[in-house]
Amino acid sequence: MNLYSISIRSYGPHAILIEWPNRVEEAILENILHFTNYLKEVKLKDGNWEMIPAYNSVTLVYRDEPIDFAKFKGMLAEWYEDIWEVQSLKRILWKLPVCYHKAFGVDLDLVSEKLNLSPKDIIQHHTSQQYTLYGIGFLPGFMYLGGLPSQLEIPRRSQPRAKVEKGSVGLAGKQTGIYPQTSPGGWNIIGNCPINMFNVKKEEPCFIKVGDKVQFFEIEKAEHDLYKIEEEVGIYKLEKEVWDA
Amino acid sequence: MLKVLKEGLFTTVQDKGRYGYLNKGVPVAGYMDQFSAAKVNNLLGNPKNAAVIEITMTGPKMKFEAPTFICLGGAEISAKLNEQPISNYSLVKVAKGDILTYGKLQNGFRAYLGVRNGFETPVVLGSRSYFTGITKQNHVSDGDIIPYSEDNGFQPKIMEMKVNSTFDQTVLGVTPGPEYEMLSDKQLEYLFAKGFTISNENNRMAYQLEEMIPGHEISMLTSATLPGTVQFTPSGKLIVLMKDGQTTGGYPRILQLSDDAINILSQKKFGDKVKFKLLKE
Repeated sequence: MNLYSISIRSYGPHAILIEWPNRVEEAILENILHFTNYLKEVKLKDGNWEMIPAYNSVTLVYRDEPIDFAKFKGMLAEWYEDIWEVQSLKRILWKLPVCYHKAFGVDLDLVSEKLNLSPKDIIQHHTSQQYTLYGIGFLPGFMYLGGLPSQLEIPRRSQPRAKVEKGSVGLAGKQTGIYPQTSPGGWNIIGNCPINMFNVKKEEPCFIKVGDKVQFFEIEKAEHDLYKIEEEVGIYKLEKEVWDA
Repeated sequence: MLKVLKEGLFTTVQDKGRYGYLNKGVPVAGYMDQFSAAKVNNLLGNPKNAAVIEITMTGPKMKFEAPTFICLGGAEISAKLNEQPISNYSLVKVAKGDILTYGKLQNGFRAYLGVRNGFETPVVLGSRSYFTGITKQNHVSDGDIIPYSEDNGFQPKIMEMKVNSTFDQTVLGVTPGPEYEMLSDKQLEYLFAKGFTISNENNRMAYQLEEMIPGHEISMLTSATLPGTVQFTPSGKLIVLMKDGQTTGGYPRILQLSDDAINILSQKKFGDKVKFKLLKE
């Protein structure tokens, strides 16, 4: 018997949206990921199905043919009630280096003033937390991280920048994250991460997956420059811990 | 090889797009007007996924460096090969040194240039479709070389095809999106009783519509979005996501365009009118 009641909705000819209760919650995310794994490994093994988990939902997409929604709705509801025999999730905690030097953290002073925190306190709060990855979107490899300490909540910049550098680490509302590529953006930039969050040259271009966790640690500017070179030549070793869920 | 002498307004290489990376935030990309691109590939006897050049409103000037067959489709932009007009959906044999130019836009917005066996730009994450941050460039530039294989021996079954264009169609068939039920009677009336004008904010990522409908204060958690999803902002603006559209969003998804409707909308430009029509699911 499952904890949650889910809703299964038609989303155009090529997609089905499955929604859990409208809350940001670790346990809900875990339930979504377990069910998604069950579908992927057991019930919808056809590799043409794409499954996009985000916060309280997973969207199932089948692009080449229209989906028979009536048929799938019933089956999905039944499958949700099954006992899911799947491999454990193997969630990973990634430790990502961030340089908070003012050369990168172009809004650090502004954030410090607005939040009435010293830059040191901001860094301390920002690196103290293990953030949960609730979704990937907006840009390839862009992470929606949950769990920002409330002291760091700050509105977006009133004027978005036309160009935010790749690797910029930002704050906006209840969110923190990294710009995986140079792009326009409205977040307050407090540092830079030298790791490629999306790399088309790798077989798995995006090492992180929804359900993983991220913790930042502070590095000096010289280390940032070194890690960036190491990352470009492919020898930087990311720190990580694995746990089963 | 195809040499780009002038790039045109926004010229890209497109195939069917990327599969398997939606959960990493990588948009589908691919032919905006799949219908027209498919006809072009079909006439050329190409695989369904063959890469074509997508041309937006103002065409490029390009020189063929090896013999092959080409076929044009989609928007009509007064194309000429060595100054001689050529028409859509007919096979044309080209020789080394031939020059393809475009003129005035007659109809539609996006034209396709197909070549026998398709263009052979690098495959990145399973697709040749240009996309910022994925492929090396996001559009064709002056001086670019776009590879294709020489073909002298092609014996086409048919030389031309009659294709009923969709340029005059203004009705976009839609089904309810996931947040359709939140719409009030008044919002529904605006949505279906009135038509909408394409705003100047329109590109491969999204088409914004000029007219607003009464707004809302609904906040939802970020969730997946698809090509053809109509997003509804709190101020009442409608944004139709297209093939390069982001893979997640936080605005209510009130409608979903049919595949046909995406093709029709892809041929619309600033100032054109469209109307939504609810299809039976």
